[in-house]
Amino acid sequence: MTSILADKRSRPGADAPPPDTVRSRGRARRRALNWLTAVGFQLPALVLFIGLVLLPMLFALYAAFFRWGGFGMPEDYIGVDNFTDLFDNPVFMGDLWRCLVLVLLTLALQLPFALAMAVLLNQRLRGRAVYRMLFFAPYVLSEAITGVLFSMVFAPDDGLADHLLGSIGLDSLGGEWFADPSWVMATLFIVMTWKYFGFHMMLYLAGLQSVPRELTEAALIDGAGAWQRFRSVTLPLLMPTIRISIFLAVIGAIQLFDLVWVITQGGPDHHSETMAVTMFQYGFKRYQVGYASAISVVMFGICLVFALAYQRFVLRRDLEGATTTMRGDGK
Amino acid sequence: MSLKSEGVSLKSEAVGRKSRTPRTLPLHLVLIAVGALMVVPLVYAVLSGFKSTDELSRNPFGLPDHWLTGNYTGILRSGDFWRLLGNSTLIAVATTVLVVAASALAAFSFARFAFRGREVLFTLFTMGLMFPFAVAALPLFLLLRYLGLLDNPLGVILPQAAFGLPMTIIILRAFFREIPGELEEAATLDGCSPFGFFWRVLLPMARPALGTVSVLAVVTSWNNFMLPLLVFTDNTWWTLPIGVQQFQGQYSSDYARVFAYLVLAMVPALAFYSVAERQLVGGLTAGATKG
Repeated sequence: MTSILADKRSRPGADAPPPDTVRSRGRARRRALNWLTAVGFQLPALVLFIGLVLLPMLFALYAAFFRWGGFGMPEDYIGVDNFTDLFDNPVFMGDLWRCLVLVLLTLALQLPFALAMAVLLNQRLRGRAVYRMLFFAPYVLSEAITGVLFSMVFAPDDGLADHLLGSIGLDSLGGEWFADPSWVMATLFIVMTWKYFGFHMMLYLAGLQSVPRELTEAALIDGAGAWQRFRSVTLPLLMPTIRISIFLAVIGAIQLFDLVWVITQGGPDHHSETMAVTMFQYGFKRYQVGYASAISVVMFGICLVFALAYQRFVLRRDLEGATTTMRGDGK
Repeated sequence: MSLKSEGVSLKSEAVGRKSRTPRTLPLHLVLIAVGALMVVPLVYAVLSGFKSTDELSRNPFGLPDHWLTGNYTGILRSGDFWRLLGNSTLIAVATTVLVVAASALAAFSFARFAFRGREVLFTLFTMGLMFPFAVAALPLFLLLRYLGLLDNPLGVILPQAAFGLPMTIIILRAFFREIPGELEEAATLDGCSPFGFFWRVLLPMARPALGTVSVLAVVTSWNNFMLPLLVFTDNTWWTLPIGVQQFQGQYSSDYARVFAYLVLAMVPALAFYSVAERQLVGGLTAGATKG
């Protein structure tokens, strides 16, 4: 921090006055004071953020190159072995695959469903405020509560789901749900949709509010049908919101932990395990901390690559780069 | 005469309704179906809490034969539930105060000062949005252990505040930037220091934004699972989410009692939601679109 300050003093910018007049020295001091004040306001946030977010991440990056049980300092340097082992580990490769499956299911089913509900509730319908509140309510419940609730709703034989299916004569559809290796991900996805679609619906509703009514009305006068109005007017104007909601859904899928841990802990036989669960198992149950750090690093790498690529190629049009919005705001 | 006119008015009303109903009826049916899917698990949990576990397997989704209140009162009468509720509240409030205070100061500096390194710093914080907590959990745990903060509420409060910073700063910065610069000039001319302006002018004006980010911070902290799971090895400081999971493990065969516990654990969150719905939804959408 001080180096930036010194740098600033010794290298006057284009608008800085020549350094040898008394007046300019006073100005330089004022600017330094201004800088100190500005950074002083940042200090509490900076200390928290660097100490508890950045440093731990950097340490994980370091520890990932060691065989280390988590006590003392890492000493047994093994290069990239943790990473090569990781990509030979069928469980971890399965995690990646399951993450992809969840993302695809979300894109294909959950988000379109949320969009449909948002469009529905954007009309003047009786009770729409109640529906809106109801659909969003699960988002407020913790993952722990949701997980325990649905582990009982989908309890084999005795749960609500099997009883309901039985009562309408669809016993054959019932089954082991979370205990069935080939059904566990589908059941998990149902729970995720129950919990999260309301959040995306709310985002879309906020986006729909900003679609000018005149545009859809103009299309109506031009003879466009409901579908056409949606497809050619509403949807394009909503795309910025949709792109953000996709981004959040993907980041959410990459770090999925709470629900899985509460409901299945990754079982049966790893069939619902996610990267975060695998990391947790190795780091906190088996004390292979170096190996678990490597998983953290890979997760972070995936998030980073995805976020940068998404911002570069998809969000650019909407935000002109969320991280560079400071440019040209009247410095 | 009067009868006749009444008949006419009834008829015209019926006609009016008929012309409206066909268009919206299918929409209402869809909404009712989806609404039922949302509500049924919750109602099922509430009703099951009033049954005995025996009855639950006989009569899974009817009304209870006898409304047993024992499951609920038993939990409410034991001190455990209240202790968890207190822990959750304390941790949520402390996290919120900390993250909102630190973020407001930083957002003020981002919004109202032009200084070298501002862009780099802001980029650093926005990058934080891409750090999912799960990624940092393991090294954070090691750090907290090293600092002796395991089984200490600060071990949850401080990291939660740190991870809440990016979103809170982004929302508050956007709000602070909308406050006209003339106001600050006037305050400075009146002899206000930067902090004086921040404290006496900006913060009171920013009350709605502060409400929004506080509600977000409370809900995030209230629902956090992974961090308290790691930090609290013994039950002194457990929060409600941990309690719910542990309770299910402990009474796995006593379904009715677990349902009662679930329902009671839901009540504070849903009550808070019904009070603060506007701030919560506003904050989430603002955070998503401004991030």
